Amino acid sequence: MDDDGPVIPDFGEGSSCVTDNRTFCWDWAREHWGDTLQPAVLQHLWLTAIAIAIGFVLAFGLALLAHRVRRVEHPIGVGAALLYTIPSLALFQLLVPLTGITTTTVEIALVAYTLVILYPNIVAGLDGAPPEVVEAARGMGLTRRQVLTRVELPLAVPAIVGGLRIAVVSTIAIATIAAFLLPKGLGYPIFYAIKLPEPFKTEIYAAGALAIGLALLCDGGLVLLRRALVPWARKGGA
Amino acid sequence: MSRGAEIVFDHVTKRYPGRDVAAVDDLSLEIPAGTFCVLVGPSGGGKTTALKMVNRLIDFDDGDIRIDGRSVRDFPPVELRRGIGYVIQQIGLFPHMTVRDNVATVPRLLGWSREKTAERVAELIELVGLDAADGARYPAELSGGQRQRVGLARALAADPPLLLMDEPFGALDPITRTRLQIEVRRLHREVGTTIIFVTHDIDEAVTMGDRVAIIRQGGRLAQYDTPDAILARPADDFVAAFVGEDRALRRLALHTVASLPLDACHTVSQASSDPLPRVGSDSTVRSAVSSMIEAGTDAAVVVDRAGSEVGVLRLSRAHELVG
Repeated sequence: MDDDGPVIPDFGEGSSCVTDNRTFCWDWAREHWGDTLQPAVLQHLWLTAIAIAIGFVLAFGLALLAHRVRRVEHPIGVGAALLYTIPSLALFQLLVPLTGITTTTVEIALVAYTLVILYPNIVAGLDGAPPEVVEAARGMGLTRRQVLTRVELPLAVPAIVGGLRIAVVSTIAIATIAAFLLPKGLGYPIFYAIKLPEPFKTEIYAAGALAIGLALLCDGGLVLLRRALVPWARKGGA
Repeated sequence: MSRGAEIVFDHVTKRYPGRDVAAVDDLSLEIPAGTFCVLVGPSGGGKTTALKMVNRLIDFDDGDIRIDGRSVRDFPPVELRRGIGYVIQQIGLFPHMTVRDNVATVPRLLGWSREKTAERVAELIELVGLDAADGARYPAELSGGQRQRVGLARALAADPPLLLMDEPFGALDPITRTRLQIEVRRLHREVGTTIIFVTHDIDEAVTMGDRVAIIRQGGRLAQYDTPDAILARPADDFVAAFVGEDRALRRLALHTVASLPLDACHTVSQASSDPLPRVGSDSTVRSAVSSMIEAGTDAAVVVDRAGSEVGVLRLSRAHELVG
């Protein structure tokens, strides 16, 4: 693990802040931004992005199915909720024999957790179109598909983006546990620093703060996305 | 503008599973092209079911509904609906679309060109009494009355020969409601579309309709005639009770003062102790009679819009009208 791990803080040659292991040393953070923190941020973002992308496609497909075939709606929801109840470390243990110590294993776990958030939100969004709006659409001669694409889906956007916000923020938090398996993401510097004989505070706080910052940034981005996609909800009382 | 379509209900029956009483029972109605036909009756009586069977939002079990001689079952439902305007009480505007895009819905479904659609949308926004500037607004920014105007414009967009209206003004305040009733009458005269209009309000039915069909519980037709004929000669006790004991007054409300023979002003003695009330020539006979009763006289001076006296209306003319 040491080959591709972060640079081991050198207590002998670091600044007095580092050698004293004070709460936070800016000089260490600056010095190791390029070789430790920045790669971890990018890996973390990548782990999250893949999980959200796959999770969204799966949840969207399942939600469309549930919207069309009512009787599968509840069983799918229960299935997603059951996946969520499995502790992530246990899930890793279950998956390793199948998919090995790989990014795939991590992503399967992360995707499973996004489903329980995204699926019900998308279903609720699709079902949330006011009945009179759907009736008017049908009465004007929209086909079933047109009702979905022109009415139900656009009206579901606020609920879908709402689900995405929660899913993204929670996945960014959960993705730190990827470090149990792989030297990847913001979890790795934290684990590494914790395991040192004397846990190195600066690295733990820096990685933790970056994870929080990443979550806030992504959440803010989604809020802006919602505004861009839903101009009608800002006006009047809708 | 297009001619309206002739609509025929031919022994139409609809039963919902698990219910003994039919929702619509053997309903037969002939609605001549261009007629404003009102279906009126108690709530839950099957009027709305009858209406929704025309555009096949509900399918009937027996009988047939024909539009200009062609069964609605001969059309694919989607194609049928694009040719029929549909207005509902809850309006159902698309909240995520501007007024303009809402109105453009059916023209776009029909594949009209961009220019033709834009032109038609602008025309309709004006026709229903909205500002051109309202076109860029979202439904949530409009009042209830404005929204139903948009609903009306949207239903009329592709110039359909038939317009179905399901209690369109039921959720509006009385003032907005009266204003829209007048405008829909005006639109009907201008556009010539056949209208089938559902309401549970007998006043609305007799003031709006050329023909009124009274539907009783279980979707059975109780009487189908002109408003005046229904008020003058209710077919049975149910209709008499439904139109109310003050049906003579309702009949007076169907006529304007100007439609009655007036007497010359000098024929009324100036010696009359009470000064005669003044009524406008375009007000209803009902309100003229009300003025006379209030003033304790048996005649009223009729004045035109400019305020000059055009004659005298005697109370006896009102007796002749309903007698």
